[in-house]
Amino acid sequence: MLELLWLIPALPFAGFLILALFGSRLSRQSAAVIGVGSVGLSAILTLGIAIRFISSPPADHAFSQMLWQWISVDAFQPAITLYLDALSLVFIFVITFVGFFIHLYSSLFMYEEEGYSRFFAYMNLFVGSMLTLVLGNNLLLLYLGWEGVGLCSYLLIGFWYKDSENGYAARKAFVVTRVGDTAMAIGLFLLFTSFGTLDIQKLLQQAPQEWTINSTQAVLAAALLLGGAVGKSAQLPLQTWLPDAMAGPTPVSALIHAATMVTAGVYLIARTHVLFTLAPAVQTAVAVVGALTLLMAGFTALTQRDIKRVLAYSTISQIGYMFLGLGVGAWSAAVFHFMTHAFFKALLFLGAGVIIFVLHHEHDMFKMGGLRKKLPVTFWTFLIGSASLAALPLITAGFYSKDMILWYTFAGEQGNDWLWAAGLAGAFITSIYTFRMVFVTFYGEAQAEITHKPGMQLKVPLIVLAVFSLIAGFIELPHTLGHLTLFSHFMHSALPPTEVLHESVSLELLLQVIAAIAVLLGIYIAYHIFIRNRSIANNLTASGPGALLHRFWYSGWGFDKVYDTLFVNPLVWFAKINRNDFIDLIYTGIAGTSREFHRQLTRTQTGRLRWYATGIVIGAIITITVVVYL
Amino acid sequence: MISIPMEFGLILAGTLFVLGLIGLMVRRNIIFVLMSIEIMINAAGAAFIFAGAKWGEPDGQIMFLFILAMSAAEVAVGLGLILQIYHKFQTLDGDTVSKMRG
Repeated sequence: MLELLWLIPALPFAGFLILALFGSRLSRQSAAVIGVGSVGLSAILTLGIAIRFISSPPADHAFSQMLWQWISVDAFQPAITLYLDALSLVFIFVITFVGFFIHLYSSLFMYEEEGYSRFFAYMNLFVGSMLTLVLGNNLLLLYLGWEGVGLCSYLLIGFWYKDSENGYAARKAFVVTRVGDTAMAIGLFLLFTSFGTLDIQKLLQQAPQEWTINSTQAVLAAALLLGGAVGKSAQLPLQTWLPDAMAGPTPVSALIHAATMVTAGVYLIARTHVLFTLAPAVQTAVAVVGALTLLMAGFTALTQRDIKRVLAYSTISQIGYMFLGLGVGAWSAAVFHFMTHAFFKALLFLGAGVIIFVLHHEHDMFKMGGLRKKLPVTFWTFLIGSASLAALPLITAGFYSKDMILWYTFAGEQGNDWLWAAGLAGAFITSIYTFRMVFVTFYGEAQAEITHKPGMQLKVPLIVLAVFSLIAGFIELPHTLGHLTLFSHFMHSALPPTEVLHESVSLELLLQVIAAIAVLLGIYIAYHIFIRNRSIANNLTASGPGALLHRFWYSGWGFDKVYDTLFVNPLVWFAKINRNDFIDLIYTGIAGTSREFHRQLTRTQTGRLRWYATGIVIGAIITITVVVYL
Repeated sequence: MISIPMEFGLILAGTLFVLGLIGLMVRRNIIFVLMSIEIMINAAGAAFIFAGAKWGEPDGQIMFLFILAMSAAEVAVGLGLILQIYHKFQTLDGDTVSKMRG
């Protein structure tokens, strides 16, 4: 069964090839069958492999399958080798399953759109690249997948390319992530020059032997990899591309910009965790970046009006939690939060997609309202997803994963009270903005009429993901609630366990109660402001410092403006003054000079015989003079 | 036999060559141009003869035979061209026949 591993990424790639080559000749039905089917088969295969992997684990809890030698230059021998361990298994499970449901959803959601088969071709290419990323055994193959998903993200954000703003958003996403990717590429060069290999397992074995803790090289390598992760996962200071990436179709936002691609940075750091352990300063930086990002994005999400932008900022914020977890060494907790986040965030995006779908591309939450009765399935599933995002205690998956991160942030060996406080404040803000979104969208006066009912392909993914958003948390329960460690135990074959300084059930209970109170308080505040008395919110933002703060948060803390002033505008200005390309002047100058010579020389071609004869005579005299006298 | 010093012969050949060259450059009638070329060729031939006589070698006269054969061919081609030009342009003025201007 494990030998079929190669089929998991191969199937979506095959789907992509068929759709890309013959897409224009296929009917919508067959395009959908190929697009959804290839990912569906991958998902079934993943399930089979997962069962086999868990029931009878291979030696060392890892299975690698070499397909072929990719490049062979001297010592540089990267192979196309797939590597399956607990970490990549969790990722391929999420990618194929959530991916399958989002594909299923898209088959109806995108039905009316032009370029239907093109959409599925890109989506399949994305799934294939993402699977390559997480299954690649060496960093070069990982980088191939990394760039592949970046390309698909670009193509899909700009899917409706006829609107130039979408093209701008796509370019922005591509360029901003490229900043991080460049850092990552330099990191790979550094690792290769130090170890002569890019094979991840060999690197992780050799690094602790050759590098001491806090050695310059280790810090540099970890920092450069962090740069790549920050770009891809939209963390500070490279987060500006993700809100604009919402220009793409909603299923794309759900799959790429929430569930899978943006968590590639989390995967990278978890995969190379040994390097980060060797560079504690950088690991602390990971935690600080995560904490700052989750707060910044949380405050921004509070003020957004566009439902997809709220979700985008909440994605940034939740990935901030994962970084926080990685930064304090709670590797399994971060991956656990990745998994639950993939379920509930995909669910929320798909729910938002349904609303946008039935309201004719209306994105503004304040123009929705009162949808609770009209869209019952969407409402209940969206509520479950929101509860999970807000980490509603006991019943939701988000609670268990976020609680695990918060607990290790406080009690872990590398934990810190300030980071914990930031995480707690983030949880409080999360619950406010999440339920603000729910209350504004589904309660209150109806602002718009719905035109058609969502079909089965839209509802089934919502229901399935809602179930996962509830039950996925029960595989890992804290000490206070039964102490079940299925997930972290499973992960320990790939990621080291987290050391806890003070193991105390009562302390853990206290922290959980505090977190629960924060969440419930947040929900109550949202209820009070957005259902009971809407005027409070209006008064707060109407004047004075409140209005100023609102504007500041609404613009995403002014990052776009700063980057525009610092980087974009100078470049545009320079491009403008250099429109004629002054380096090109040298070459046009050479061409012009020779053309002028040519013009002068043609004038000697008079066609007169005597003139030519005179020319020959003068030439002969000069030649003879030169030969004789010089 | 009175031997003429070679310098005299070479001066004669050189003078003839320059006369031919001047004729080539200044005459517009292409028949005269052709004749000037003939004079230049013969001047060169004369120089070979004088040199051959000076060293008592037959090479000079052999070269002259080659030059004679070549100038015969040149005259044949040249007269043919002149006939064609006259036929086409009704003139023998070399300057008016300047269609091959660059």
